[in-house]
Amino acid sequence: MSFVDFLSLGPLITLSAAGVATMLMVAAWRNHRIIYSCTLIAFIMAMMAVIPAIKYIPHTYPPLLVIDEFSLFNTGLILVAGFIILLLSFNYFEEREERKEEYYILLILATIGALVLVVSRHFMALFLGLEILSISLYGLIAYLRARERSDEAGIKYLMLAALSSAFLLFGMALVYAFTGHMDFPGIGAALRQAGYLPVSVMAGFGLMLIGVGFKLGIVPFHMWAPDIYEGAPLPVAAFIATISKGAILVLLIRFYQDIHGNDYPMLWWMVAIIAVASMFAGNWLALTQQNIKRILAYSSIAHMGYILVAFLSGVQTGLEALAFYLVAYFITSIGAFGVVIVMSSSLQDAETIADYKGLFWRYPWVATVFTAMLLSLAGIPLTAGFIGKFYVVMAGVNGHQWFLLFMLVINSVIGLYYYIRLVAVMFAVPANGEQTTVVPALPIAGNITLVILTILLIGLGVYPTAMMQLIQQMMRILV
Amino acid sequence: MILLVLILILFFAALLSWIVGVKSHAGSRWIALCSLLLNLGIVTGVWVNHPAGTGRWWYQYRVDWVPHFGISLHLAMDGLSMLMLALTFFLGALSVLISWKEINSRVGFFHFNLLFVLCGITGVFLTMDLFLFYFFWEMMLIPMYFLIGIWGHEHREYAANKFFLFTQAGGLLMLLAILGLYFVHAANTNVYTFDYFDLLNTPMDPAMARWLMLGFLVAFLVKLPAVPFHTWLPDAHTEAPTAGSVVLAGLLLKTGAYGILRFVLPLFPAAAADIAPVAMLLGVIGILYGGMLAYAQTDFKRLIAYTSVSHMGFVLLGAFAFNEIAYQGVVMQMITHGISTGALFIIAGALYERIHTRNIRQMGGLWLRLPMMGSAAMIFVMASLGLPGLGNFVAEFLVLLGSWQANHLLTVLATIGLVVATAYSLRIMQKVFFGPCDRQYNMPDLSGRELVIIIALVIVICWLGFHPQPVLNTSQQNIDYVVR
Repeated sequence: MSFVDFLSLGPLITLSAAGVATMLMVAAWRNHRIIYSCTLIAFIMAMMAVIPAIKYIPHTYPPLLVIDEFSLFNTGLILVAGFIILLLSFNYFEEREERKEEYYILLILATIGALVLVVSRHFMALFLGLEILSISLYGLIAYLRARERSDEAGIKYLMLAALSSAFLLFGMALVYAFTGHMDFPGIGAALRQAGYLPVSVMAGFGLMLIGVGFKLGIVPFHMWAPDIYEGAPLPVAAFIATISKGAILVLLIRFYQDIHGNDYPMLWWMVAIIAVASMFAGNWLALTQQNIKRILAYSSIAHMGYILVAFLSGVQTGLEALAFYLVAYFITSIGAFGVVIVMSSSLQDAETIADYKGLFWRYPWVATVFTAMLLSLAGIPLTAGFIGKFYVVMAGVNGHQWFLLFMLVINSVIGLYYYIRLVAVMFAVPANGEQTTVVPALPIAGNITLVILTILLIGLGVYPTAMMQLIQQMMRILV
Repeated sequence: MILLVLILILFFAALLSWIVGVKSHAGSRWIALCSLLLNLGIVTGVWVNHPAGTGRWWYQYRVDWVPHFGISLHLAMDGLSMLMLALTFFLGALSVLISWKEINSRVGFFHFNLLFVLCGITGVFLTMDLFLFYFFWEMMLIPMYFLIGIWGHEHREYAANKFFLFTQAGGLLMLLAILGLYFVHAANTNVYTFDYFDLLNTPMDPAMARWLMLGFLVAFLVKLPAVPFHTWLPDAHTEAPTAGSVVLAGLLLKTGAYGILRFVLPLFPAAAADIAPVAMLLGVIGILYGGMLAYAQTDFKRLIAYTSVSHMGFVLLGAFAFNEIAYQGVVMQMITHGISTGALFIIAGALYERIHTRNIRQMGGLWLRLPMMGSAAMIFVMASLGLPGLGNFVAEFLVLLGSWQANHLLTVLATIGLVVATAYSLRIMQKVFFGPCDRQYNMPDLSGRELVIIIALVIVICWLGFHPQPVLNTSQQNIDYVVR
């Protein structure tokens, strides 16, 4: 490996080294505070390592990996998201579990898996990244062993993830059997040469879509999402909602672009049906939920549907919209989970709607942040979610996807209902003598993190230009 | 720059009154009141001293916001905007005054929301960029939602949700239409922009124009509201606190009318002309249906809410008549309806404070106890039924005069609406202030504060009735432009 190779892979190498280091540290001396600080430093160093890598893009490691603007941008996004989730984790685990240290190792490993996914352009790298991510997540989801639902969630995820990996592998094998390639551009070239999409490859793509769709939590592979959001520790749920889904989405885009997916209407239809079904199922099922975690789970299913609309628009604006929406979605989701984390006590998570009744009059600051996050999810002005949704609709109009847009509009209205229902609960005036069961922890680090997220959210909503320019520049090379 | 200042004053006053409201309720109220009076002063100053000979647009302000998409912070003021702003700040200031005693919980947050709604409305009336228009259009919903949902009456949550979902659904269709227009314009001219002046005269094929026009029109018809989309209005108006009802009826409905005049007609003249008979028919249905429902109500505020449906029917009728007289009438109707309905809501609110019911069956004979309030109600009820000498008469007369030139049959039907208006208006007086009084009330008549509010409203409505010429002159320039 040359020096440039090292520099370009800097973030990945830094985190891998940190993974080994923390593992050794846990073996030698258990101390929550120290290992937490080490992990923080590792994430900061990894983020710093992105900067020198910029100079050498695009850089490839044929045939497995590619470092270009797109992957580097998403590497940065994942690292920042991971860092913020880390900030929210300390208090949460400090209060709950006696063996807290392994959490950080697993978090680092899961992040490495996500990072491998965003830089991969080969089936091997894809599968490697996916499995690192999945296997770490098994541990993370069931981490709070003492809680009743965590085993259920962990085992459910284990079974379904293993099954979906099998589908993915079979799909890859079918594609490989016809094209003779495992790297994405090679597959694209082979298909283009053939001039048509044979049934076996079609079936291969379908099977791969099952594997990917499971990770994205899109309909009809979404059944796990609410249970796992509910059973997993809150920071892990935030991780699954953002980093895990985001990394897969990035991979999906790269694959679709490399195989020239737009040339094959059949593929388009498969994804379109999934998108519409996700929007409807997600929003519809969220309507009657009483548990915040489940609402967030269903809402994230719907949001994946919105993102797919941008994806399907088939124009460059669509990819830009997707990237922007992803950033907005990351901020909003982590923010929403952050509020739930901050509000939870060591005995119980603040997860039912009743826990939030009249929150605005008790903790105005937390309620304001939560309101901002919910309004962003609903796509109301002054928030990043508004610009994101605007961008997505814009891409759809540009690509003349009127049917998908009408579905999106209908769903936005359905979605609004449960978001504003939550907002209304927080602003409701509590009746006299009504006691809430959960006493919030309100750690300082968590509050500071929420401040940062809110500033980002509103900053992107008011002045999106800088982020848009960055994204536009990055997407140019992809199309 | 002065235009941006108008918005910023309200924005900062909103934040300030929230912060101050934590410590001092009175401080919060005074900040809100002063900021609105300041804005009213500025607008009046502009009206009196605006630079002559600058043509249609008195002031313009433009800076890039998101140049990537061709979005700019483009504000402009012409006669129509000016009149709407004057109405906004006038009714806004009165809303603060009437809430002085009514709102006692979470005062700071109340004024924050009130000023924020007004800030959004100000933006809607000023912006000349379609993205920014949508931005303000959506921005005014959330605080309005809170105003209804927190300080409203018994069924406030239902009403607030309904209001929010209806207007959001309309708004999203408008967003699609805005983006459609954006790309049609870009496809034809290769310029990506949301600027109103650039998008005027965009060449497009008629089918496309019709769809885009419908997208805009639906959003405005929901807000106006026209009949099939009106069901949110009675709930929202009835459940809102008095200030909320005044802002809803007086201002929020006007944004729909303003949108039709400012966007639907100039952007899609041909498509709008095609749909004019249907729109006028909807207007007439609104006039009659709203009036009939108003007559059947027993809830005082709900009754007034339905009269709004009826009155806004005139706006729709006049807007699609395509002639100058009708437009003059529409602009007049927007202002006078704001004043007269606002006043009726204020009276309903004042009455509710005293007898704690809105059911007009339980009222009756109140004139003896409340002679001043009774006379005030009489004036505005007369205004509402279109008595000559009061502003509403001028407005409705002009609308009917104009629409006669466009469509005889519909105008005749609309005129029947005036009879219906007489019926329901007189019923208000009959049930509430006259008739037998079977209870012994002991309550004060209008207080000094309420008297100031009512007198201000009376002066304005009489002025509009006797001497409407300044208003007509001001809206003239704009109308010439639309008709052409």
